[in-house]
Amino acid sequence: MSTRGFTGRRPTQAAAKRLPPGQYQTEDFPVLSMGPTPQVRLADWRFTLHDGPRPLASFTWDEFEALPRTRWRGDIHCVTKWSKFDTEWEGVTVDDLFAAAGVTPPTGYLLAHSFDDYDTNVPVADLVGGRAMIATRFADAPLHAEHGGPARLLVPHLYFWKSAKWVRGLRFTARDEAGFWELRGYHMYGDPWREQRYTDDP
Amino acid sequence: MSRDAEPVSAWREATIERIVVRTPRVKSFFLRTPLAHHVAGQHVDVRLTAEDGYQAQRAYSIASAPGEDAMELAIEELRDGEVSPYFHEVAQVGDRFEVRGPLGGHFIWRARDGGPLLLVGGGSGVAPLMAMARHRAQAAPDVPALLVYSSRTWEDVIFRDELLRAHDARNGFDLVLTTTRGPRGRPQDHERRLDATLLSAIMGRWGHAPAHAYVCGADTFVEAVTAALVRDGIPAAQVRAERYGGPAS
Repeated sequence: MSTRGFTGRRPTQAAAKRLPPGQYQTEDFPVLSMGPTPQVRLADWRFTLHDGPRPLASFTWDEFEALPRTRWRGDIHCVTKWSKFDTEWEGVTVDDLFAAAGVTPPTGYLLAHSFDDYDTNVPVADLVGGRAMIATRFADAPLHAEHGGPARLLVPHLYFWKSAKWVRGLRFTARDEAGFWELRGYHMYGDPWREQRYTDDP
Repeated sequence: MSRDAEPVSAWREATIERIVVRTPRVKSFFLRTPLAHHVAGQHVDVRLTAEDGYQAQRAYSIASAPGEDAMELAIEELRDGEVSPYFHEVAQVGDRFEVRGPLGGHFIWRARDGGPLLLVGGGSGVAPLMAMARHRAQAAPDVPALLVYSSRTWEDVIFRDELLRAHDARNGFDLVLTTTRGPRGRPQDHERRLDATLLSAIMGRWGHAPAHAYVCGADTFVEAVTAALVRDGIPAAQVRAERYGGPAS
């Protein structure tokens, strides 16, 4: 069904190739969050890995900053339909984090937990193999609180709500447990290229 | 499968039934759709399709109360936008496009959630709050509610007459307006940016401790207001935010 009189503002061919279905390119960096921005002091910051209720490893900010660092440059896609190209992040890959903690993933799923009690589920396979990091820097500067600082999860191949802001840990779960938005109508996996925005999107 | 059994994510046809000019930059589009009833605060996704198949999608909050015959979207025309100029310059009564939803399960308020209810909106961010205020008037008139609403000028106050009438009815709904680039319209309103000091003073005069606070507007507005509410002692878990991000749409 076409919309009478709608012509649209087409992206360039180069941009169109990088835009998943239903997305448009923005130069800004809009914020999406559910409530107030938590102010996390670095002295109080802890990052913890859990297997269910059982703690596996914990890092202070200084310990975390001493881990091997990786840079990543690429495109991010928000379920609210903006995409931002060529974003530059730095942090600790989940592979390096697991190695430093001496952790072999005990299950295939986990929930990322945040300081504002947000959580989101991601399959472990989507976090390892260099596909995800705990990011602490954006565009060569410490990550601003509004964008998830001191540290956020970065899983750029999924819609950006999976890249939990203000992340404080990862908890392995026996099955794929829904997180905050996944309990509120959003997709369990969230692949932008398959346009998995809402619960019953294929 | 019957139409009603289609999933919420299915695209359905919407027809424009009525267009109302709200302000110099905002028009309301009243839609006839087969969508399920919404909860106050939810949004719909809108999809426009050009003749060659090119499509553009945007999300718009629903401003009408749940259960109304027509769904109201209050759309601001944004410079350099792609979808809002279509609505402002092209769309007419009888035109059709696609919608899906209603969507969103966090920035919502039901009558049974009760109050006191604090609504804080900036610009077109008032739309989902309007759905809550209207729902309260119909379904929970005993719940004390305060809408603090910041606009550029008095002429930019969307739903102005309806809000002023609701305030003047003195039935538990209070309205405080602030204008950032023009004179106030009532003595009790303000002529400055909504900051922590002003918000705190307004809340003090209201005299209720909000059980639920909903804040909607541009990124910087929401960031400032939510931080102010938390500093004022409202638990962060009671403060829900929805942000209209920077890009034109």
